[in-house]
Amino acid sequence: MSARRASWLREPATVAAIAALALAALWLALRLAGLDATRAMLALWDGSFGSSYALVSSTLVRATPLILTGLAVAIAFRAGVWNIGAEGQLLAGAATAAALGLFASPALGPFTVVAALAVGALAGAFWAWIAAYLRNRFGVLEVISTIMLNFVALYAVGYLVRGPLQEPTHIYPQSEPLPAVAELPKLIAGSRLHWGFALAVLAAPVAWWVLRNTAAGFRVRAVGRNPDAARVAGLVNVERTTMRVFLVSGALAGLAGAIELTGVTFALYENVSPGYGYTAIAVALLAGLDPLGVLATGLLFGALEAGSLAMQREAAVPSVVVNVVEALLVLLILGVARWRGGSAILSRLAGVGSGSTEAAR
Amino acid sequence: MDVHRSAHDSLTSESTPPPLLALEQIAKRFGTVDALVGASLHARPGTVHALLGENGAGKTTLMRIAFGELKPDAGVVRIDGSVSRLASPADALAHGIGMVHQHFTAVPAMTVAENVALASGTRGRFRPAGARARVLELCEQVGFTLDPGALAGDLSVGMQQRLEIVKALARGARVLILDEPTALLAPAEAEELLAMLSRFAARGNAAVIITHKLREALSAADDVTVLRRGRTTLAVRAADSDAVQLTAAMLGESGVAGRGARDVGGGVTNEGNGEKARDGARGEGVRREGGQVVIDARDLVLVDGRGVQRVRGVTLAVRAGEILGVAGVEGAGQHELLRALAGRMKPSEGALHVPERIGFVPADRQRDALVAGFTLAENVALSGAGAARGRMRWKEIERRTSELLEGHDIVASGVRAAAESLSGGNQQKLVLARELDGAPHALVAENPTRGLDIAATAALHHRLVEAREAGMAIVLYSSDLDELIAMSDRLVVMFDGHLTEVALDRDAAGRAMLGAS
Repeated sequence: MSARRASWLREPATVAAIAALALAALWLALRLAGLDATRAMLALWDGSFGSSYALVSSTLVRATPLILTGLAVAIAFRAGVWNIGAEGQLLAGAATAAALGLFASPALGPFTVVAALAVGALAGAFWAWIAAYLRNRFGVLEVISTIMLNFVALYAVGYLVRGPLQEPTHIYPQSEPLPAVAELPKLIAGSRLHWGFALAVLAAPVAWWVLRNTAAGFRVRAVGRNPDAARVAGLVNVERTTMRVFLVSGALAGLAGAIELTGVTFALYENVSPGYGYTAIAVALLAGLDPLGVLATGLLFGALEAGSLAMQREAAVPSVVVNVVEALLVLLILGVARWRGGSAILSRLAGVGSGSTEAAR
Repeated sequence: MDVHRSAHDSLTSESTPPPLLALEQIAKRFGTVDALVGASLHARPGTVHALLGENGAGKTTLMRIAFGELKPDAGVVRIDGSVSRLASPADALAHGIGMVHQHFTAVPAMTVAENVALASGTRGRFRPAGARARVLELCEQVGFTLDPGALAGDLSVGMQQRLEIVKALARGARVLILDEPTALLAPAEAEELLAMLSRFAARGNAAVIITHKLREALSAADDVTVLRRGRTTLAVRAADSDAVQLTAAMLGESGVAGRGARDVGGGVTNEGNGEKARDGARGEGVRREGGQVVIDARDLVLVDGRGVQRVRGVTLAVRAGEILGVAGVEGAGQHELLRALAGRMKPSEGALHVPERIGFVPADRQRDALVAGFTLAENVALSGAGAARGRMRWKEIERRTSELLEGHDIVASGVRAAAESLSGGNQQKLVLARELDGAPHALVAENPTRGLDIAATAALHHRLVEAREAGMAIVLYSSDLDELIAMSDRLVVMFDGHLTEVALDRDAAGRAMLGAS
């Protein structure tokens, strides 16, 4: 129902051209650095889409937390809530899921994994609630508070894995591996792909449908685009709407953390997330804040991250160069959008931006 | 130095020195609207000058020309006797003309001294001690206090205004123009400000205050210029004038007669309510006085976002089947009152009862009524979005939207067109159509015909009368007094946060709007 859906989804050619441009830039940069650029690019492909193993066990596994946190960011931004804290909410979810998996599995038995996902989502929502409360009660900008809470979460995990949750020998700063009842079952036997991926793929169309077809979703969009009109013409309780969006956004990010723990790492340690919650911002922006678009961009970024590891392994190119490609992608998309004028992405961001300053006032 | 020079001038050039600022026969047109057609003003050195006029008389436009923000289409601006073509406010400041707008322009996170230094174009190194000393010196010149170390964002409205004045003084302003300077101030603060302006003028400078307030013009100013519909209708010494003369100059000698040609009540007349739509409308109102009370307000006190008390104890009842007209000059509190009556603003004191289903047409439709990027159907759905549950029935909403487009003669490419693709008039019609849809118990409308052409205005008037006949309680504000008188069954006037009911009469309403009894 939105006047103009994310325009880039309608222009796959543009996006493909931009992606090609970003990859060409990467090739050139590697070349200039005196590395074997072609080999690195081939490794990037091999590690992401090159084989069914790479696709299923690497790309899709990495895409899972990116899609969920990308949705968390997209939904928040659509409401004019600048939640930069998906990383912290993810960590809160992961830590809580780990604690539950370690301590409550004897009592919960086969329900342990479901309970772990549930408390992970709750913990993420709670972590977001802190920022939401600060915004509504004291007018603290959520951009600041959510970033700060990311660090609080990171150091809290650091404490947990050296304190209450540390493995029994007290040598490594990490928790004991989760018992089998706390592990997410595999989606495809023999691969690393777990059911969390199915949840993420399901969450995107659900979020899209809710935003489009429900009264609550409509309020979210209205508040994001023009909180004054929502308040005056729609008699919408703007504070309540942003609070709920914060909670849902945090819950999605928390769920991503719980899934990562129960499906991939099986133990809590400090670097349990390589910054999924930050990459999520790029994922959401690139998707034009459209939940269905997040599915596509989450997959793309998952592939890039998966491929980067192969690149490091096979061509001795540091995997962080992929971050450069990711950043380049976002800048190029925004640049092209501005150049072509009247882009849905820009106007949505612009509308959301002015809305947020209005609300903060 | 300046003082000496002007004193010297006045001795040599006989008894009347040239005006510090002279505006001669200024004309300015915006699109098809003549804002100014022959406005003149002479601000003599050593005087406080009041510029009076109704809403839309052209006061602010004239002063923006004097400050270089607008270029006149015709006429001459003289500063200190010589013709000046001001290209920009910076140019005006260089010529010694400063302006204090209604909205302030300080940087909230910076101190007073820093703001003043910023405004006066400090170059090279910033010296905090020097900046502080400069502020204190300027304050002393005009005799008020202002803490140079305070953050601008922490200042009260009155202090922010002082900061704006000091900023102008720091640029060497000899003519200070203030747009409605007392509108935001408490009475005691206003007194202080006016006294300060007298002291400033006494040093051989001139101050021009734009105001609606007759008493202020008569008591605080030396000279008064009155504008009416873009033309200077009176220029006198305050001591030689009185409220009656000023009112006549502002409203026109013959009241309504001057605007008789405008077909304000046309829509009503077309509907066969007889030749005298006004009398017809009024007659209905009297007959319907027994209607049920729909909106009930008692001892209402309203405070705006900046903490200024805008409505100070208003008691009011609006009944089913009547149109209650609300008049008031800008900032008299009607804006807040209408919001509260529409259930869009919580009173800080008093009791307020409004019906559950109530339509509201706010003054700023772009900001408060429409979501620019949403489709027309989404904008129609916006009304009632707060209470909506479950699914959005888009099919049904789109059908209703296309009915509204057709029924209200709204030109659009379809229900899925973006609201921002509509012309201003059509956006407005959409808001009205939406707010009247579903027969609410009451409608509060703020300037609903602004920007509409004659046919659309007539159609809207017809709709309001229809809604009233159907038993709706309607509160109507318009900055066009003739329209209000033509449409209303009863008329109330807001002045300085207080409400008085007046006769449906142009002169009585005009006087009440200006606070003259």
